[in-house]
Amino acid sequence: MAEVKLHGFWSSPFSQRVIWALKIKGIDYEYIEEDLSNKSELLLKYNPVYKKIPVLVHGGNPIAESLIILEYIEETWPEHPLLPTDPYEKAMARFWIQFIVDKGSIFHAFFRSTGRVDQEKAAKDFFEVLKIIEEQALGDKKFFGGDTINLVDISYGLLAYWFKNAEEVIGIKMLEPSALPRLSQWVQNFLEVPVIKETIPDRDKLLAYMRRIREKIVAEQLNN
Amino acid sequence: MSEEVVLLDFWPSPFGMRMRIALAEKGIKYESKEEDLRNKSDLLLQMNPIHQKIPVLIHNGKPVCESLIQVQYIDEVWHHKSPLLPSDPYQRAIARFWADFADKKMSDLGRKIWATKGEEQANAKKEFIESLKLLEGELGDKPYFGGENLGYVDVVFVPFYSWFYAYEMCGDFSIDAECPKLMAWAKRCLEKESVSESLPDQEKVYGFVLQMKKAFGIE
Repeated sequence: MAEVKLHGFWSSPFSQRVIWALKIKGIDYEYIEEDLSNKSELLLKYNPVYKKIPVLVHGGNPIAESLIILEYIEETWPEHPLLPTDPYEKAMARFWIQFIVDKGSIFHAFFRSTGRVDQEKAAKDFFEVLKIIEEQALGDKKFFGGDTINLVDISYGLLAYWFKNAEEVIGIKMLEPSALPRLSQWVQNFLEVPVIKETIPDRDKLLAYMRRIREKIVAEQLNN
Repeated sequence: MSEEVVLLDFWPSPFGMRMRIALAEKGIKYESKEEDLRNKSDLLLQMNPIHQKIPVLIHNGKPVCESLIQVQYIDEVWHHKSPLLPSDPYQRAIARFWADFADKKMSDLGRKIWATKGEEQANAKKEFIESLKLLEGELGDKPYFGGENLGYVDVVFVPFYSWFYAYEMCGDFSIDAECPKLMAWAKRCLEKESVSESLPDQEKVYGFVLQMKKAFGIE
């Protein structure tokens, strides 16, 4: 089999998605940790347009953008399928994956907002998004993919760890069993999946990292 | 079983145009319903409750939303005719990458060109041309992004061509002067009926943009 390499960054949820897909499918790969303050020549060569991680390199061929990488992995290694085969069900899965991408800016606003009024508004906006996800995307299913996780769960995975940490850093909690019981249960179920449990970055390390980012954001805004 | 295909659309929407082209390329008969976006139909609100946007493809009563997802859906269901995505997974990934790039850049920068002024507009124009040049690089010597025939990237990207005149007038610049190869590609696409029947006249789009500027109080 041609060599598979992944250029990633330990804290990046986009990088994490690709790791999950590769591990679920049992694909051997070499992981290369990039220093984002000093990007490698290889990364700049493989992703000249965006210069970002993750980049998957298969047999020397680079693929950029996490969702495009996920679809590539799904099509190249069809064992342990992570998308429905029915075109309509597949379109619905892609719809929900796109939904969390589209709402990324609201999450950004939540993490970057200073001042209690702005923070609470951003939190309220994002709570509405979470409600839609719980009611319409997840419903009564155990996972977005049904009985087992699929690409939709993998795409939403950042809610289970990255977002939960952001809530702690900002000090506003939304994804709570009292407010979002089914989505909170999904978080627990998701984190129990062996592949996920084994690969999630260390919580304390990530929390400290996110606190540092948050401090920089606050400092920047105070200086402006 | 007879296939029932309905498209909820709005004439100047580049996203709607993608579907018009894809449906035409596949020879799919469909009913087109023009929406008034200031007074959305019950059908639109029912079929796309989350985003309440067009286009919406309704296939045998079931809605598919988001134009990139719709084009891929059409390609998968009617896979025997005029394939839009290549069959090789790596080539598919490349096509998805450039379609995503064109979609993000044209939507965001195009809007900034007609809706802003001064430094914001100048920066948007600069990045717009840079993005077009990157797309020109990807096109290379091929007649279409899809090779010998229209492909996924062509279908996703060419609708924005109908807005180029409006961008040029609002931004006071010439896209042709900067990206002649891309303009040649667009004209080549327009020689195909599926494209020429799907794209509105550029002057008409400019008129629409002027109306929007007035409505939003933008000079």
